[in-house]
Amino acid sequence: MGVLSTKHFIKLEGAPKEDIQHLIDTGLMFKEVLDRPIKKVPSLTGKNVVNLFFENSTRTRMSFELAEKRLSADVTNFSASSSSLNKGESFKDTIQNIHAMKMDCVVMRHPVPGSCLQLTKYVDAIVINAGDGKHEHPTQAMLDMMSLYEKFGYLKGLKVAIIGDISHSRVALSNIHGLITMGAEVTLCGPPHLIPIGIKELGVSVSHDVDEVVEWADVLNILRIQRERMGVGLIPSVREYRDFFGITQERLNRHKKEIVIMHPGPMNRGVEIDSSVADGDQAIILDQVLNGVAVRMSILYSLLGPEEEGKDEKK
Amino acid sequence: MRKNKILSGKWALVNGTIYDPFKKVNIDGSILLEDGIVIAVGNIDISDAQQIDCTGKIITSGFIDLHAHFRVPGREDKETLETGAMSAMAGGFTRVCVMPNTDPPLDTPEAIRFIKDKAESVPIQIYPIGAITIGQKGNEIAEYGEMIKEGAVALSDDGLPVENGHVLRLALEYSSMYGVPVINHAEDVPLRNEGLMNESPLSTRLGLDGNPDISESVMVFRDLEIAEFVDGRIHIPHVSTKKSVDIIRQYKAKGVNVTAEVTPHHLGLTENSLIDFDTNAKVAPPLRTDVDCKALIQGLNDNVITCIATDHAPHTIEDKEKDMKHSPCGMIGLESAFALSNTTLQGEGFSVEDVIGWLTAGPASVLEWEINAFEVGTPAEITIVDEASNWEMSTAHIYSKSKNSPMLGMTFKGEVIMTICGDYAFGKLD
Repeated sequence: MGVLSTKHFIKLEGAPKEDIQHLIDTGLMFKEVLDRPIKKVPSLTGKNVVNLFFENSTRTRMSFELAEKRLSADVTNFSASSSSLNKGESFKDTIQNIHAMKMDCVVMRHPVPGSCLQLTKYVDAIVINAGDGKHEHPTQAMLDMMSLYEKFGYLKGLKVAIIGDISHSRVALSNIHGLITMGAEVTLCGPPHLIPIGIKELGVSVSHDVDEVVEWADVLNILRIQRERMGVGLIPSVREYRDFFGITQERLNRHKKEIVIMHPGPMNRGVEIDSSVADGDQAIILDQVLNGVAVRMSILYSLLGPEEEGKDEKK
Repeated sequence: MRKNKILSGKWALVNGTIYDPFKKVNIDGSILLEDGIVIAVGNIDISDAQQIDCTGKIITSGFIDLHAHFRVPGREDKETLETGAMSAMAGGFTRVCVMPNTDPPLDTPEAIRFIKDKAESVPIQIYPIGAITIGQKGNEIAEYGEMIKEGAVALSDDGLPVENGHVLRLALEYSSMYGVPVINHAEDVPLRNEGLMNESPLSTRLGLDGNPDISESVMVFRDLEIAEFVDGRIHIPHVSTKKSVDIIRQYKAKGVNVTAEVTPHHLGLTENSLIDFDTNAKVAPPLRTDVDCKALIQGLNDNVITCIATDHAPHTIEDKEKDMKHSPCGMIGLESAFALSNTTLQGEGFSVEDVIGWLTAGPASVLEWEINAFEVGTPAEITIVDEASNWEMSTAHIYSKSKNSPMLGMTFKGEVIMTICGDYAFGKLD
């Protein structure tokens, strides 16, 4: 086992503060590497990593691939069409093929919650969750927390609002677990039917008044309205959503305060966020993207990196 | 390992406590069988018989399961009448009612006859349940009279609720002339939505779509309103929520002819079994919460819930190795039914005799069966249990063709030692 308390990186629920802080610190270190003329270190030379994507993804998959290549790992990509997956048959066979090919690490995205944990039962390889249904997306939450830590220098006491469709968001769930563990205050804001039952038990507040939340928060993490995840009829209209929950320039202007704007992407400009807000000075959305590569390097390195260094750091 | 043995000639069950769950009395002495027929009970001369020593054990009437899926015809890769029968005998059951959600469904007298004929070759008694509607499609009522003539003991579209209230009304009205219960899988499908587990803070944490408890209780309420209106005979299967128990209690108090069953897993397991995404714990209705378990136990105590039934639902390893969304609902339950029920209910202060009652007299009353335990001149239907045995469940204890049980690795108090159907004995004694 590496420097983290777990062999795999499946979820932030229950992840200790020390793990999260270590990944942020290491991520910031790797970010310096990304500023060098030659953006590559030999840390994972000879390690085989497969990116196994059972669900469409552009930026997460690219970000992982870049992180792996920057660490000199050998990278294989596998994308299964969602149609073959719907037959429910290919999962185990695919996994066993990967097992047979002696991979060191599997980065997996899958539409069904729990799939990454199931995967750990079938393979010896280290498993990293790149999003499992609406369960967790822990590397996204890590990059969000690293971005906040970089911006503010602390997480404890930070007031973070997560705005949008919480019910269908793995990004929200992982962020909640991570931020609460790190001592931040979290308020969720969205229409009541898109706030899942029992979410307050995780230590968050809930509001349906976006102006009240903007007034309170240091940071707005604005979720994408995930049209492909939702049955018809969950949101009456874009107009109404935008009116009541959209982070518009007009709304921000009214509050006259400094506030950091985040978005996990991809954005629906003009729906949950105005273009001028997304591109404005307060937004750290593009920093999030670069930090995504850095923090994924940090995660890969911490799980797969040389044993001795890990042991030293543990002391 | 359990072995089978043909008890030819005279055999005596000796040194045990004989318990008649129908009369709720203990009987002193022994039970003497000849070629599988009970020939004497009590303080009798057994000198010329071979003996089965039952010291420290309870000798009781064979268990009755109102709710099992033996998958015949159509999914014999999951279970057959033969493997289902051995699974039943391993769990102490001598009579099993099999649900009609087969392929094709048991919705005709010919299909019922097919099961009855096939069942003649297995040691236990198998009682088919006929479909409520043709093809279990929920539209047209099936030939209840003809199916009952061929041996159907109840009517159900189990697995699928009769969604159309008018069709359920017709079914309850028409079936009343035959005196069999209509068993409607109580679930409001749109409310269930895509639910994979009980909707709760845990489903939120796991990111699994939730199936709220009201998806059951809303349907229980509707069904009981209809049953009351037409004075029908309704049985509620696998009750899983406190809300349903409360509603059944109200309607029973009003005099509605309702009975209900609870599974051992809804009594003894909660949604926490799903924390590690164990697909074997994915069942319909889903495992609920401690509050629900307590209410179900109270329901048994108050006779709001009439009996325990297994909902034994075998699935292949391949099916259960799919992900949480694609793996089918259901767990096997015959082998573990007594042990899980006894462990759970003794923990709540009930006696082993209570547990035996809910596995024998309870289900018999739902079907209005008059059973005289150990009746002289009839084939033996006897189960021998050891209420003190502590054991850990492993696949070695499973005789079903399928192994889908979240109970693997669990420790139980109470074990079925032997089951005797006629001259066929199956169990642990020599």
